[in-house]
Amino acid sequence: MWKWLHPYANPEVSYHFAGKLLPWLSALAVLFLSIGLVWALAFAPADYQQGDSFRIFYIHVPAASLSMGIYFGMAITAFTSLVWQFKLADASAAAMAPVGATFTAIALITGAAWGKPMWGTWWIWDARLTSELILLFLYLGVIALQSAFEDKNLAGKAAGILTLVGVINLPIIKYSVEWWNTLHQGSTVSKLGKPSMSVDMLWPFLFCFLGFILLVSVIICIRFRSEILARNSIRPWVRTLVSAHLTQEKTNAV
Amino acid sequence: MSVANLSYRAVFSLVLKRDLTIAMRHKDDIINPLLFFVIVVTLFPLGIGPEAQTLSRIAPGIIWVAALLSTLLSLDRLFKSDHIDGSLEQMLLSPQPVFILVLAKIVAHWLITGLPLILIAPLLAVLLHLNEQSYEALILTLLLGTPVLSLLGAIGVALTVGIKKGGVLLSLLVLPLYIPVLIFATSAIDTAALGLPYSGQLAIIAALFFGSLTLAPFAVGAALKVSTN
Amino acid sequence: MQFDSLSAFIDMGGYGFYVWLSYGVATALLLILILSSITGHKKVIKNIAQRKQREDKLRQVRNQRQKQDKQLKSKLSEEVTE
Repeated sequence: MWKWLHPYANPEVSYHFAGKLLPWLSALAVLFLSIGLVWALAFAPADYQQGDSFRIFYIHVPAASLSMGIYFGMAITAFTSLVWQFKLADASAAAMAPVGATFTAIALITGAAWGKPMWGTWWIWDARLTSELILLFLYLGVIALQSAFEDKNLAGKAAGILTLVGVINLPIIKYSVEWWNTLHQGSTVSKLGKPSMSVDMLWPFLFCFLGFILLVSVIICIRFRSEILARNSIRPWVRTLVSAHLTQEKTNAV
Repeated sequence: MSVANLSYRAVFSLVLKRDLTIAMRHKDDIINPLLFFVIVVTLFPLGIGPEAQTLSRIAPGIIWVAALLSTLLSLDRLFKSDHIDGSLEQMLLSPQPVFILVLAKIVAHWLITGLPLILIAPLLAVLLHLNEQSYEALILTLLLGTPVLSLLGAIGVALTVGIKKGGVLLSLLVLPLYIPVLIFATSAIDTAALGLPYSGQLAIIAALFFGSLTLAPFAVGAALKVSTN
Repeated sequence: MQFDSLSAFIDMGGYGFYVWLSYGVATALLLILILSSITGHKKVIKNIAQRKQREDKLRQVRNQRQKQDKQLKSKLSEEVTE
């Protein structure tokens, strides 16, 4: 049943597969993001309570959910790499970490910019904000650990263990922060609640969300390919690929 | 009796005794984190001001944060010297399960750094005018919480033991994982100050303790295998 | 279109600063990430190419030396046989 998957365990095959996917993904990402963002900024109706500040929602929410989704993806790849000694999984985890960290930062900053007009301050120790901040720390820890090792394979394994420890801790942290928040602060924050979104808000949101997912896969593809090359730099196929690339560049320059 | 036939309990006590003996020979390893703990705690009144009310309000947080930091400071020597002189690799190569060896080392670490911390904490609580009702909660949370710090910290040390400048990296990796312990411990002490039952918080810290007790040694073992590669 | 004019679009009903701040920061961060990913890919290729060149050069030198050695040896052996 899993036989079709086997060829992709080969770094060369996956490298070329990711390369083939890349233009399609980029085109789709540009398409969806441009439609979604223009729709969100100019055509979607303003919220009846929050006015036009609601437009931040269209990047804040996709960024926040992607920041957690990418961490979860990293945990899955770390697990496969530890259990099945699958080296490409390490490469993909290494490709994901900076992307996830960036999206966490975006979620935090847009959250602050949304909070200022809504709650009157840039930062409150709200449960969601705090756990997002801690998620950023976890990401930074993984990235720091990855760059601390000289051997990329060791770095991948070490970062994988840390990712798994983090993913066990993440729900505990989230729960504890929520609990701490209700204890220390009282619910001063008027939560947005979950009103069923109106259709003319839902569609641009879905476009933006899909666009961001595609963008994430584009960036991960690019980083995944460089990780593969860096990890297999002595292999003959990488050598021929690199020299072909260089001669092509030379002819372009002439 | 050959080495391979040692029972798990014998292995555990052997490693524990070895680590404790080493620690007893280097007494400054025990004293320095403790001194650090005391000094950090005394810095806070100097920075914030001597009002008893403010101090007693923030005392649980100060004591716990200082405990976190001094544990972090002492973690480095959990595997470092063994890694340098090669005995760590010998341990990993031995026929005994890594789980037991690692657990013994962590228990030794807690006895060396966590226990003195608990003994000296009431004294510092007096300096900070901690509410009298909170002493019991302070001791209990430290008793249950500091082993969690040692267990989780051991994962971080095991990951960074092969890296030359692992110290700062270690704190970056470990401190986010300490957050739940900090939150529940300080809130238990605060609740106790109000005269309310704090058994709920204590139960959660106990859950964290048993969870990390069962899972952390495996993670430490895996991490050590990566680091000593 | 929700807005009557460009200035209304920029003003965003009074929330212009916050809305454009978040969109600007998000775009900037994503652009940095994308650009760094692309330059990183090029850098990896360049590094491998450089290492390959170095190794090729070393191999060439080694081959030349071997050839010279062989020539010397054959010359010596010729001299000896003479």
